[in-house]
Amino acid sequence: MDWLDTVIQGVLLGGLYALFAAGLSLIFGVMRLVNIAHGDLIVLASFLGLAVVQGIGMHPLLSLVLVIPIMLGLGYTLQRGLLNFTLGSDILPPLLVTFGLSIIIQNVLLEIFSADTQRLQIGALSTASIHIGESLAVGWFPLIVFLCAIGVVAGLQVLLSATRLGRAFRATSDDQQTAALMGINDRHIFALAMALALGVVALAGVFLAIRTNFSPAIGPARLIYAFEAVIIGGLGNPWGTLVGGVILGVAQSVGATIHPGGQILAGHVAFLVVLVLRPGGLFPRTRE
Amino acid sequence: MSNTLALLETVDLTAFYSDFQALFGINFSLNTGETVAVIGANGAGKSTFLRSVVGQLNSPAESVLYRGKPIGALPVHRIVRMGIALVPEGRKLFPSLSVEENLSLGAYGGRVGPWRLEGVYNLFPVLKERRTAPATSLSGGEQQMCAIGRALMSNPELLLCDEISLGLAPIVIRDIYQTLPRIAEDGTALLLVEQDIQQALAITDRLYCFQEGRISLSGKAGEISREQISAAYFGI
Repeated sequence: MDWLDTVIQGVLLGGLYALFAAGLSLIFGVMRLVNIAHGDLIVLASFLGLAVVQGIGMHPLLSLVLVIPIMLGLGYTLQRGLLNFTLGSDILPPLLVTFGLSIIIQNVLLEIFSADTQRLQIGALSTASIHIGESLAVGWFPLIVFLCAIGVVAGLQVLLSATRLGRAFRATSDDQQTAALMGINDRHIFALAMALALGVVALAGVFLAIRTNFSPAIGPARLIYAFEAVIIGGLGNPWGTLVGGVILGVAQSVGATIHPGGQILAGHVAFLVVLVLRPGGLFPRTRE
Repeated sequence: MSNTLALLETVDLTAFYSDFQALFGINFSLNTGETVAVIGANGAGKSTFLRSVVGQLNSPAESVLYRGKPIGALPVHRIVRMGIALVPEGRKLFPSLSVEENLSLGAYGGRVGPWRLEGVYNLFPVLKERRTAPATSLSGGEQQMCAIGRALMSNPELLLCDEISLGLAPIVIRDIYQTLPRIAEDGTALLLVEQDIQQALAITDRLYCFQEGRISLSGKAGEISREQISAAYFGI
């Protein structure tokens, strides 16, 4: 049953990666913005969770009630006040500005919280598990994370396909100029997309902080995982992003079983294999 | 010579593409409920004129007046929400959206009025049959109907149509032009920009002819002779 256990743990880890990736995928889809600071924003949310937990003494999971709205507001403000000005026909300005933002966030976190590694403790819930059969146990917390990932992905899918805002997102993504002719203010739409993306980032950041040790420097690696999940799944497809996260998680989990140092490498190898075999990802959204 | 009845008025409107001047002092006016055609050869500045009116090209605020209010410097989405809709040249339907989603998006600005999905489907029954199809799977004529329907969904007081006959078969053009008087019946003003003047002349009250960024002729459709139009059109 060892392999089954490994795969199950990998799938659950994939849920966290899908949460890393969902926001990245959304903003790329809506405004063709590649956000290099995405990983650092995840870590920023982790530290926000830490500040709330330490400052108010809230349970880490309850801290989401504050962290999510803060990140939503930050997302809207960041897009409206800064990133909107970088968008245009040239793809370089948003890359450079978000790269700068990444460095700024890392250093501000370092200044405030020092380079020490931190962890959010959720007590008994962190070790509670469901036993299935003799040797198989599924942790409650990883399961909660995975279910949240499914909820987020399903929510995004419904939002995009069945709501007025979702139609506006897709139309703006297709053709900004014509979307404006529909009375759509693209700057507001972009800011809403970024707010939504950072709302998901808030969830991902707090879950990350509960699951593992974190420090101000770990953002860029989370960005890589998020990118890999998005590319494996195929751009612009929320369910594809979940599958991409799961494939990445399983590859890492299997890699770690084969060799203790093989976790990260196995994930990257799986990503490269998909890229070679299916350059458009597994489930590309076909478009004219 | 400001006209108090004017729904849309431009005063000495100029437009530039960086160093190139495309419009040289256009004085234009259109009254509530009126149908006006702007004709002219390729490159005469007709589309530029429409782009200036809807705000895709910025102008001095006072050079475009809507109900007497200066709108020249407003962004596109605010002008559209005031009641001006544009059927853009080349239709520009959203490829990621179905026919019905394209139409619904026309109502995004939230203006209330007679035009809803049902009304558009009555006007163009074929769209109802294809409502769930991707907009790009429609034929050229159906796409044009969808683009007109989408613009109507915003319940405009003024509907701007940029070359709606472009690239369509004559019989399809005739079908589409037959629906325009029904749109005008509800009090919607129409501004038709065309190179093909046959259809436009048949339904228009007045016309302006553009030539090289200037108005070369204007007047009531019935009072202008073919010779005058050719002269103004080609500048011979």
